[in-house]
Amino acid sequence: MAMADMRPPIESGCPDGFQYMHPAMRRNFGQWKYHTDPRPGVLCHVAESGETVYTVKCGTQRILDLFTLRELTSIGDEYADGYIRFTIRSNVEYTVTDEAKVEPLIKALEDKGYVVGGTRNSVTTLSHTQGWLHCDIPGTDASGVVKSMMDELIDEFRQWNMPNRVHLTTSCCQINCGGQGDIAINVQHTKPPKIDHSQVSNVCERPSVVARCPVAAIRPALVDGKPSLEVDEKKCICCGACFPPCPPMQINDAEHSKLAVWVGGNHSNARGKPTFQKLVASAIPNNPPRWPEATAIVKQILKCYKEDARDWERVGEWVERIGWPRFFELTGLPFTKYHIDNWRGARASLNASTHIRF
Amino acid sequence: MAANKIYETPMLDELEKGPWPSFITGIKALRDNHESQFINDMTSSLLGQLEHSYETRKGYWKGGTVSVFGYGGGIIPRFSEVAAAFPESKEFHTLRVQPTPGNYYTTEMLNKLGDSWEKHGSGLVTFHGQTGNIMFIGTTTKGTQAFFDEINEYGWDLGGAGPCVRTAMSCVGAARCEMSNCNEHAIQRWLVNNFTDDVHRPALPYKFKFKISGCPNDCQNAIERADFAVIGTWRDDMRVDQAEFKNYIETKGRQYIIDNVITRCPTQALALNDDDTIAVDNRNCVRCMHCINVLPKALRTGTDKGVTVLIGGKRTLKIGDLMGTVVVPFKKLETRDDYEELVELAEEVIDFWAENALEHERCGEMIERIGLVNFLEGLDIDVNPNMVSNTRQSSYVRMDGWDDEAIKWFENQAEA
Repeated sequence: MAMADMRPPIESGCPDGFQYMHPAMRRNFGQWKYHTDPRPGVLCHVAESGETVYTVKCGTQRILDLFTLRELTSIGDEYADGYIRFTIRSNVEYTVTDEAKVEPLIKALEDKGYVVGGTRNSVTTLSHTQGWLHCDIPGTDASGVVKSMMDELIDEFRQWNMPNRVHLTTSCCQINCGGQGDIAINVQHTKPPKIDHSQVSNVCERPSVVARCPVAAIRPALVDGKPSLEVDEKKCICCGACFPPCPPMQINDAEHSKLAVWVGGNHSNARGKPTFQKLVASAIPNNPPRWPEATAIVKQILKCYKEDARDWERVGEWVERIGWPRFFELTGLPFTKYHIDNWRGARASLNASTHIRF
Repeated sequence: MAANKIYETPMLDELEKGPWPSFITGIKALRDNHESQFINDMTSSLLGQLEHSYETRKGYWKGGTVSVFGYGGGIIPRFSEVAAAFPESKEFHTLRVQPTPGNYYTTEMLNKLGDSWEKHGSGLVTFHGQTGNIMFIGTTTKGTQAFFDEINEYGWDLGGAGPCVRTAMSCVGAARCEMSNCNEHAIQRWLVNNFTDDVHRPALPYKFKFKISGCPNDCQNAIERADFAVIGTWRDDMRVDQAEFKNYIETKGRQYIIDNVITRCPTQALALNDDDTIAVDNRNCVRCMHCINVLPKALRTGTDKGVTVLIGGKRTLKIGDLMGTVVVPFKKLETRDDYEELVELAEEVIDFWAENALEHERCGEMIERIGLVNFLEGLDIDVNPNMVSNTRQSSYVRMDGWDDEAIKWFENQAEA
């Protein structure tokens, strides 16, 4: 097609949300007074005007086929008021103004296999990334990990059993697109990249790859007479940062790309300042299709947290109160030299006091 | 209809077991039951390749260059490295489409998007990707253009991909949350729609993300993840309904309130009076939200609302995780001028970063490298003690400009 025949885009950017918002939300925008939690998976918000909206939240598989999407919209048409929103963790929320519509809506969702819950002090849906289904650099398949874990945590999604809300995340590489979570299950590579020297000069911009390495372990080299790259394997931290700009630096390995579990990531400013997650377990097999070893560790941590944490403590706050020695004692996980940080700023994570637990 | 070729998927079949909704069952439904032969074949091939990944524990997609006419980004190109074995999904590109702030849809609009997608794509979609886009997963280069042309006509535009301003995110916000302190919807659209050129034509050092949360609970993870985080807050006194507070004491018990509210305040700004009312030391309240979260009927944010802006949050690559840093402790957002000032700040931040960052260096990494003060001076923003957790601990700094800086401080204080 000639360029002149191509359709120029309308650069409309981010669309106006008000046109898709439930009328009760439009009417009471910025005028909400308080909320209550009538039952797990349901929120009730009351406006200054006295108007009330009920929100029913349900978990989905996130990778939606159009049959599922249409089922969700037809439930919205029949049992709700024709409006849907999605949360940051890909849960679906329906809004109704009539309390009598809440139970039939829940029943309709549950009859079709959707899971109502994920509010307040529950374990909500794992936020996750694309994995083998679509990503170009994944070490695992996030959707499969999530399905496997949520199958086992489904009652924790449906109920309010946890001390506070639990956000789980998973990521398929160490870029960690899944983000911070109370518990994060992330790929951790353990061997340096295997380099296909015949391809490097064809597909990689070598200076950019050298610059990408966080520890300056990559340098240009001539291999078999061709320009390539070499890795100082003693320096290499196996992070995989060189792989996206240079696919011949194959970091993913069926055996040596493992999973690691991190705890204590918290976005909220409530009580303490936001925190990043900390390593608790690694060398967990990347074991499709059900990843049982990773799920077992997550469940063990959740069990200890549920039994031992105080109301409103997030996982990270609980560990901070009881201390790391007690965390490893309770969970039965090993404490190793790899738990001691040596990255920049690491000294701030060392104990420079006599605050010791016995 | 049915796919021309069905692949054995014994490992994926395991993911159809169990009570949580299964994405594999969904993809199989497209393979077996959809009326489009294109969708049957593409999803069948996809399942074949995915099973191959499960067997070998490797991914088989590579990137490339695919774009719609007039744009340089917004598509995630995927070409299969195993197309010989799974030819019908040899091209499997994703379109990133910008949702509304807060992710609102009518069922009618979702169905309309579905109608367009099944004409031109695989029938797989995600609400939403981690940056916040609607992800229309899987189509050919030709399908990419055709689908975009269709949905662009009824109000949807591509998001960012690559080194550019990315799609923004905001929480449910003022539409349905009493904790909200700002109009998240307006903020997101003012900000990101000022940069549509930078969204669609990647030309920045690396990605740049805006995220907006209406209160310090920061449900959008903005401080952790956004280069430019806007968080709603307030600066007057918290609103207290003492009658409702007494109701909480009666229903939950005094001990519960002491253990879960009074003693959990990070700055000890709360006290329980002998008459079962609550006393709030608002000067020492840091707006953490905890007591409001626990007692939403009794305690509310104040009414002198505005936002805090934090700059430089990001994840691991390359120097390690960084939280955003307070750059604007409080800003009112009421008038058109207020919003224009916020947009100007974003323009100045992006311009300074674009000029001074190294290739593939996020804004927060640049600030780490050059120091916050150099960044602030580049933007002509005055220092403020709210920007630090503590003051300098090292004496290794040249301070012969002290007197001038002190005069500046007192002058600014006098103006405020």
